[in-house]
Amino acid sequence: MAKLHVSTTINGEPQEFLCDADQSMLDVLRGPLGLTGAKEGCGTGDCGACTITLNGRIVCSCLMLAAEAEGQQIGTIEGMAGEELHPLQQKFLESAALQCGICTPGVLMAAKALLEKNPDPTEHEVRFWLAGNLCRCTGYDKIIRAVMDTAADMRAAR
Amino acid sequence: MDIQYVAPRTLDEAVRAFAAAAGAGRILAGGTDLLVQMRNGVVAPGTIVDIKKIGELTSIEETKDGGFRVGAAVSGAVLREHAKLSKVWPGVVEATNLIGSTQVQGRATPGGNLCNGSPAGDSVPAMVAAGAIVTIQGPNGRREMPVEKVPKGPGRLNLEPGEIVVSFTLPPRGKGSSDAYLRMIPRTEMDIAVVGCGVSLTMDGGTCTAARVGLGAVAPTVLLVEEAAKALIGSKLDDAALAKAAAACSAACRPIDDKRGTIAYRTKVAGVLLKRTTLIAAERAGGK
Repeated sequence: MAKLHVSTTINGEPQEFLCDADQSMLDVLRGPLGLTGAKEGCGTGDCGACTITLNGRIVCSCLMLAAEAEGQQIGTIEGMAGEELHPLQQKFLESAALQCGICTPGVLMAAKALLEKNPDPTEHEVRFWLAGNLCRCTGYDKIIRAVMDTAADMRAAR
Repeated sequence: MDIQYVAPRTLDEAVRAFAAAAGAGRILAGGTDLLVQMRNGVVAPGTIVDIKKIGELTSIEETKDGGFRVGAAVSGAVLREHAKLSKVWPGVVEATNLIGSTQVQGRATPGGNLCNGSPAGDSVPAMVAAGAIVTIQGPNGRREMPVEKVPKGPGRLNLEPGEIVVSFTLPPRGKGSSDAYLRMIPRTEMDIAVVGCGVSLTMDGGTCTAARVGLGAVAPTVLLVEEAAKALIGSKLDDAALAKAAAACSAACRPIDDKRGTIAYRTKVAGVLLKRTTLIAAERAGGK
């Protein structure tokens, strides 16, 4: 099968890859690109473990064709930390807001997008924003608290 | 067989590619239904036509008369961020925003919701209530159709081969007009409607002077319930008028029995939702 050639930007860096027409973005990230932070939970857009950003908006990479990345800006969990961890990552560690960690990259990507849009969310807003990120270990309280605490820290630091 | 992916820049090219693929073509808007169907083996497209590079399909414009033209491939998130559309057509926007998670909202589109052909699609009853006109383009040119005429049955549409849904045109709103959408689901979020109800109305001095009612998930297609609208029009939305309209909604139901709702339950809830949705729309329109 003839492969499609795709030129895109991933975490700010130009990136090219070859893919099949029906291959998902998640498959290409985890396979040829070696970016295994995004996880495949359900493969049908229900669990959010594969969350990435597409032009700044969170999407499920399992519900996106790799070919659609042509000319677009993709963000993955690998781009979240700079020299230091992102405040959300640091807070998740400190608060033990994870157990097995499969859902964590998706939760972090979604939470980061929320705080960029709304630095002072209510708990209700956090819960609804993260409703598409399923965790089967901890229950959600520690995750929600970690996001709320990070938001407070980031507001105080401004 | 090789699967092709094409992302044309113009509608004409998209129509040509879709028509050329005959039955094996699939339109890709947000992909939140298509990719799941491909993965489950429900569909195996020969050609995937991505319509998101076409300006007309991905933009929201105000029409000359003060209405809106919403591209079929605009995502729910973009709809919600459109301040004026959200103010003028809050029901259409809230209905579209009930589809899936934040991640799904970044992709899912009203065009896809309509063309997936589910009787339970949330945006469809609100579009029906709004009186949206759908613009369709195909090999034989362009035509328009009221949104309620598009679905034919579960997963089936009244579109000709090669036709693509281009946009939804929402009419201009006079003073005292608004809309609302409510759905019943057994959980608080992320579920498929057991019943969905959209109401659009105009209030003048406490009297309802115009109304349209759309009902979802209670029949093989989303329904326009004209009898319910008739019961509301001319009334002050008093208990008797609401009860009559609710009864008209229940009478229109021809639902399935499934794990999420029995026939009796869906039929009763259709009436309950009509009352609640009407009161929200009336409140938004400036009160009873």
